[in-house]
Amino acid sequence: MSEFDHNHDHDDPRQGSGPSRRRVLECMTWAGTGVLWTITGGVPRSLGLVDSALAAAPTGLSFLQISDSHVGFDKPANPNALGTLEEAIGRISAMPSKPSFMIHTGDITHLSKAAEFDNAERIISQAKLDVHYVPGEHDFLDEDVKFYRERYGRGAKGAGWYSFDANGVHFIGLVNVVDLKAGGLGNLGAEQLAWLEDDLKGRSKSTPIVVFAHIPLWTVYPAWGWGTEDAGRALEYLRGFGSVTVLNGHIHQVMQKVEGNVTFHTARSTAFPQPAPGAAPSPGPMKVADDKLRSLLGIASINFKAGEQRLAIIDTPLQG
Amino acid sequence: MIRQSLRGTASLAFAAVIALCLAGAPAYADDTEVTIDNFTFSPASLTVKVGTTVTWKNHDDIPHTVVSAGKFRSKTLDTDDGFSFTFTTAGDYKYFCSLHPHMTGMIKVE
Repeated sequence: MSEFDHNHDHDDPRQGSGPSRRRVLECMTWAGTGVLWTITGGVPRSLGLVDSALAAAPTGLSFLQISDSHVGFDKPANPNALGTLEEAIGRISAMPSKPSFMIHTGDITHLSKAAEFDNAERIISQAKLDVHYVPGEHDFLDEDVKFYRERYGRGAKGAGWYSFDANGVHFIGLVNVVDLKAGGLGNLGAEQLAWLEDDLKGRSKSTPIVVFAHIPLWTVYPAWGWGTEDAGRALEYLRGFGSVTVLNGHIHQVMQKVEGNVTFHTARSTAFPQPAPGAAPSPGPMKVADDKLRSLLGIASINFKAGEQRLAIIDTPLQG
Repeated sequence: MIRQSLRGTASLAFAAVIALCLAGAPAYADDTEVTIDNFTFSPASLTVKVGTTVTWKNHDDIPHTVVSAGKFRSKTLDTDDGFSFTFTTAGDYKYFCSLHPHMTGMIKVE
């Protein structure tokens, strides 16, 4: 199953007229949610929410990833992005086994308006989980570039990077959406890279590392800016660690790549889908049939297994 | 109070007349527009005369900016928002979208 499978029939007009029972079930269960991550014995696994609900209570650390809420977006691709975020949070709240916390990989808002941040906070807080944020480029659009920092950047370094530990796992939130250069991709910058090198120095190589940032830290599709110019430097510092997981958003679809000790994964948006690389004239919001929208929002179910040369990408539909 | 508000109204009206005059003034024949569609500036490269006003219009469902380092910087342009800049000095003005830096363009002013 390829990582593009979830897009396989988005422009098939027949989907709009008579959805199969399976399709209906998918739509019901895929309503924008997040990715549940479980770390057992240092090995991160992500589970679909339904899978996780069926599974026994996890013995390790579990956390959720949501991304790209774009609160305030009201264009045809999803006239009610706040509503689908609320659906996602509703599903998280209903989970029988509570994750330890949530990470949000940016683009909380669409235009960085105070009311958009307020609405996002009002909805996301309903999950009653600690949330660790990193900003997307849509979160730094207010004139004084202060709303994100005031809400989520306190205690963070620079434009908002930081690290923390949970259950023996070291989490690093990075910012790659500021000071972008003409013609370039996402950007970490020298100051943040120096901080990262220092943050990792002296840390045991057996410490599982989870890095999260908005724009993918691997080059997904440079023609659309889907990559980070100086991510290679960051990955050098991560070399030698036994387990490194890099979680991103920005591209509003699931992609995964495994390179040596590093697993890269992007989460779906809770707001609107974007086309597969090169599948449309631009990466702009992708309008799909109304009954298809929720099948492209929010959730990915991908399993990691350490110790295998090639890790299988299992892009599991929740009903699969 | 009343006099003040009348004066306010009068100056508003005066401002409106000025604005109308300005709007009605004959535009430079070569004042021109750059559109943003599908994350692309079009035309990507444009040659204009000194004194020309260029207006960028964003037709995408995603906000963009128009930034020329040290020269001009638009606010965030939401859908259908525009930004205008009058070029008073000859030269090459490379610009880009600071949110999507793969979007680049150039205005050549002669």
